[in-house]
Amino acid sequence: MRRGPVRVAGGLILAAALAAAAAGCNSASSTDSSGTSDKCGLKIAFFGALTGSAANLGVNIEQGAELAIIKYNEEHADCKVEVAKFDSQGTPDNAPALARQLVTDDKVIGVVGPAFSGESVAANPIFEEAGIPLITPSATRPSLSTEKWKVFHRAVANDDAQGPAAALYIKDGLKSQKVFIVDDQTAYGAGLADTVKATLGSLVVGTDKVQADGQQTDFSATVTKIVSSGAESLFYGGYYQNAGLIRKQLTAAGWTGTMVSGDGVKDPGFLTSAGKEAAEGSVMTCPCAPATEAKGSFAADYKAQWNIDPGTYSDVAYDAAGIFLKGIDEGNTTPEKMNEFLGEVTFEGIANTYSFTETGELDPSKLIVWTFKVSSGDIVPDVKAPTS
Amino acid sequence: MHFHSLFQNFGELTVTGLAQGAIYALFALGYTMVYGVLRLINFAHSEVFMVGTFAAVLTWGLFGLDQDSATPSVGAVLLLLLAGFLAAALAAGIMALIVEMVAYRPLRRRNAPPLVFLITAIGASTVISEAVGIGTHRNVSSVPPLIRPSTVVQIGNTSVTNIQILIVGLALVMMVVLDLFIGKTRLGRGVRAVAQDPDSAALMGVNKNRVISLVFLTGGLMAGIAAVMYLLKIGGTRYDAGFHLGIKAFTAAVLGGIGNLRGALLGGLALGLAENYGSGLFGTQWRDVVAFVLLVVILLFRPTGILGESMGRARA
Repeated sequence: MRRGPVRVAGGLILAAALAAAAAGCNSASSTDSSGTSDKCGLKIAFFGALTGSAANLGVNIEQGAELAIIKYNEEHADCKVEVAKFDSQGTPDNAPALARQLVTDDKVIGVVGPAFSGESVAANPIFEEAGIPLITPSATRPSLSTEKWKVFHRAVANDDAQGPAAALYIKDGLKSQKVFIVDDQTAYGAGLADTVKATLGSLVVGTDKVQADGQQTDFSATVTKIVSSGAESLFYGGYYQNAGLIRKQLTAAGWTGTMVSGDGVKDPGFLTSAGKEAAEGSVMTCPCAPATEAKGSFAADYKAQWNIDPGTYSDVAYDAAGIFLKGIDEGNTTPEKMNEFLGEVTFEGIANTYSFTETGELDPSKLIVWTFKVSSGDIVPDVKAPTS
Repeated sequence: MHFHSLFQNFGELTVTGLAQGAIYALFALGYTMVYGVLRLINFAHSEVFMVGTFAAVLTWGLFGLDQDSATPSVGAVLLLLLAGFLAAALAAGIMALIVEMVAYRPLRRRNAPPLVFLITAIGASTVISEAVGIGTHRNVSSVPPLIRPSTVVQIGNTSVTNIQILIVGLALVMMVVLDLFIGKTRLGRGVRAVAQDPDSAALMGVNKNRVISLVFLTGGLMAGIAAVMYLLKIGGTRYDAGFHLGIKAFTAAVLGGIGNLRGALLGGLALGLAENYGSGLFGTQWRDVVAFVLLVVILLFRPTGILGESMGRARA
């Protein structure tokens, strides 16, 4: 009972503080509603892996988006936009809770991400429910745009463009007659591998499925099947760490065919995991252009800011953030208005010119797919693939 | 079901399965010995193994080698392998001792109930693995190509490589050495005595704590050797390399009969083979399903595993 008065006093102070805070909010919003300062203090969120086995892919994207925001803030020093980072570690398991946390922040005007397809499937319904618009610069599973999510926008070509491009490269570029297909059973890896398989048809001599990154490291049974199938090339749908281990174990088993994979493997992490010698000659497709193709001083600015060259999708993420920033500049300061804006916008960015279809896909005439190749221990652009 | 694939690749799947099984077996020794003496499942043993893999990678790094280096000369390779095995075994052994002294001994002194040990083990495992994960940015650390895989024996379409022979051969040698150590030496007799009846052993003048430390140290040394074999076979390691492998090694220990050294060997090899045959027959996505169905079926008929629990009893 002796604590009673203290508790009451504490409660009173707390209540007073809350009331003051609420009053503060009210007064702020009432004065701001007429002016332009509604734009100030808004947040653009990044949602994707900053740690975890595929972190490099997420970091590339976050840094691209953040660079756009840093540049915007340099020009708008009195009215800044913040970046809010949500690290999903790339797993669908973490995504729903993290997305719920994101939508409770009413300063968030839009999301750059989710970076991967698996986490998109888990998180996008929550963004849809809360009405927070999103632009993913990298999640390429085609079915994401058929879920009727109004907030969904994709700034790159999906795997319906990437998969056939990879298949054509295997058929016409490598002239393989026997192809083996492996995927890691993720929403991205399995989806892409299925598209490639469907396009290659009778050239496919065998398939296998492995566990995702971190859950399997011994691929001896898969390697045995690939070697004994007589395949000249392998398509792997998955991410770079396992791709590297598989390539290394294939080389150790004496297999000399070419490994082809998608954008999830286009990362220097593949070279570390496989070792440059085993990685040599491997091919990756990507619905992205080489960073050197980006307009203006992007590559140099990125390097100056982050002390590393731009990676896969850094340029698209920069543009995705740029679209939101343009929206803010034009006075779209609520998520609803922003989403309407995304439906109408035509944005000329550094990597592409963007406008979105009804389903949130990139305008079909703007799709880009490139193939890249490991040459002399580096991932270098090979050819621009035709898209139809 | 791909019977054709299984039969066509039967030899190859057997060889690679045995190599993987040999790694499970050496790894499983740590679980089985600790269980035999303390009736404790040391879940932190998976991290002991992981520390071993990183110790070897770091040691080779000190010699200026990484995944892109050229293969050194034969003499240098032997020296590097020896250095790798020593470093990994020592690091893993010391890690196991640290775990026992920090996480288990204080609890034992206070007579904590068994459940507390289990939670401490999981806690210790998480702490070590996360610390390494943060330190390495959760990236793969790849190993230099110390041994070029080359086919030594060719039977039909089955080829056996030098690395596979090294892994299985070394695992068998280590198992025999350990079996002799426990069965024939004075220290080994102490271990068996504590396993049978700790109180009587103490009355007979066996220092219980020293025996327990010895058991952790030996399990760690074996895990360290398994760690280098793993690196040679897989080509790289990660902060969570021990986690899934640890579950498999623990399964191997239970399959063979936990607390039984020879059971660990048998269980490890059986599990490695079952995984590979299952992958061949049903596809690699069924690998773990096949392995664990096998475990359940065997435990239904032999609840104490293939050879039974017998660290102290059978050969006392």
